[in-house]
Amino acid sequence: MIEFRTVRKQYDDGAVAVQELSLTVRAGTVTALVGPSGCGKTTLLRMVNRMIEPSSGTVLLDGHDVRDSDPAVLRRGIGYVIQQAGLFPHRTVRDNVATVPMLFGRSRRRARRDAEELIERVGLSREMGGRYPSQLSGGQQQRVGVARALAADPPVLLMDEPFSAVDPVVRAGLQDELMRLQEELGKTVLFVTHDIDEAIKLGDRVAVLRQGGHLAQYAPPEELLARPADDFVTSFVGRDRGYRRLSFVDSAGLDPAPVDTVHIGDTSADVPSRAEWVLALDAHERPRGWLHPNATVRGQLTEDQLIAGGSLHTLGSPLRGALDAALSAPSGLGVVVDGDGGFVGVVTARHVLDLIEARQHPALTEGAA
Amino acid sequence: MITEILAWLTDPANWSGADGILAQTWLHLLYSVLAVVVAVLVAVPLGLYIGHTGRGSVLVVGFGNAMRALPTLGLVTLLAMMFRGSAALAALVVLAIPAVLSGTYSGVRAVPAHAVDAARGMGMTSGQRLWKVELPNALPLLMGGVRNAMLQVMATTAVAAYVGLGGLGQILISGQQTGAYERMAGAAILIALLAVLTDLALAGFSRLLVPRGVLLAAAKSGTRSRWRR
Repeated sequence: MIEFRTVRKQYDDGAVAVQELSLTVRAGTVTALVGPSGCGKTTLLRMVNRMIEPSSGTVLLDGHDVRDSDPAVLRRGIGYVIQQAGLFPHRTVRDNVATVPMLFGRSRRRARRDAEELIERVGLSREMGGRYPSQLSGGQQQRVGVARALAADPPVLLMDEPFSAVDPVVRAGLQDELMRLQEELGKTVLFVTHDIDEAIKLGDRVAVLRQGGHLAQYAPPEELLARPADDFVTSFVGRDRGYRRLSFVDSAGLDPAPVDTVHIGDTSADVPSRAEWVLALDAHERPRGWLHPNATVRGQLTEDQLIAGGSLHTLGSPLRGALDAALSAPSGLGVVVDGDGGFVGVVTARHVLDLIEARQHPALTEGAA
Repeated sequence: MITEILAWLTDPANWSGADGILAQTWLHLLYSVLAVVVAVLVAVPLGLYIGHTGRGSVLVVGFGNAMRALPTLGLVTLLAMMFRGSAALAALVVLAIPAVLSGTYSGVRAVPAHAVDAARGMGMTSGQRLWKVELPNALPLLMGGVRNAMLQVMATTAVAAYVGLGGLGQILISGQQTGAYERMAGAAILIALLAVLTDLALAGFSRLLVPRGVLLAAAKSGTRSRWRR
């Protein structure tokens, strides 16, 4: 657990980076610190491992004032991941990862062996261990950065905009990987970002900071989207928050309806022309695309005769996916699949909206029914 | 003219003896290497300290520029008068220091800031950061400084013959005094050749010393040309 108790940071030139701020990061959870540049989020993070000392107030790590520990010793017990990874150019990936265990005095051989396991754990191949940082892509470097921070198995992880220097596709992959790792490892993570979407995706709780180091709101992401504390948070959380909030609304009660289906490889005799949209499935019952109403099939049904489908909604995942599936489907019918990708049924946007309204106004809909 | 130079260079009689080419080349090399080694012993620790702490960086720039402005011959003569005889070596050391100092200093400053920040954040002590991160990554520019210093000293050792220090400069000066131009030109060629060979040797040594990862990173970022001079 990390506790900030009325910490304040004023620099010698009088600039205040953090203003009397209190915040608790619960053990085993991810707290995202988010805000515009100059809001003091990095300053706050660096107070935890004493890279920056607060002007007043205290930072407690598992109940102990961090100032009671020698900085170097303290830092070895805290994972540290930064933007652009900060790998050592002169060391191989393996030796980069082995850095902290070796500072702890572990033998080189053992540290390297453990490093190879970690390299695999963050989704890289073992052979990468022998390469040098400059031979890796930005995304790969960042994975190594995470592996290096995890090497001594610290309970706390500080991550300072670790994914902001990579392109959006790679970033999404790294975020997913981090969430998977966090599920396994359950670290106490303080994650700094300027990207509100990243904060909402990764944070169990999100702390929104305002310029000058004020804490504007500290809440779970769904609450941040549903009830922003003030205009600043509202504008920072941004557009579409009503829609984005659906990411945190479960889809229980959404009942997929059946629809006519055909299979790839069916002959024209099996596929009579119909006045409705028809969904085409493959041999494993996975949706492949749609047949237009009144479309006629010549010979065997092949994929190139289909109209590409929209996004898929996995049964039991949040409502956002269900609504998006309906809105993105050419037929207006959102395709629902099970965990293995097998077809379950379809939902319309109307279905999803009715469900939302039923939850918001239970009495009203009951009366209508 | 060229045939005379060749004749002088190829005459075995000129190579042997206490004043012969071999002996003087050996002396020239000895003085130069000695001066650079002493300069390295002084300037590398100083450059590492200044680069690591950031303290006194004004000194590096100021000292370097001041040294560059000093006339070499004047400095060598002055120091030779002060120290007498072979202590004129001190002048060569003083000449070699700025290049090594600024090479070391800029080498440390050129280490990627995020790597140093990561080293600190992971719990390396100040000394560990210097030895394990800054020094290995500073080696390309540091060695560049040493090579510059060596070239400079090689050339100046020739001048130092004016104040009685031996070396290939001795042949050059005596050639001038006796009007034997083939000796002068021959000695000049030998000095240039020695300088180039020494630089090549240092380049090879540098290649061995600089970690592979640093070479790869330099090649990738295109900073290679900056230190390969």
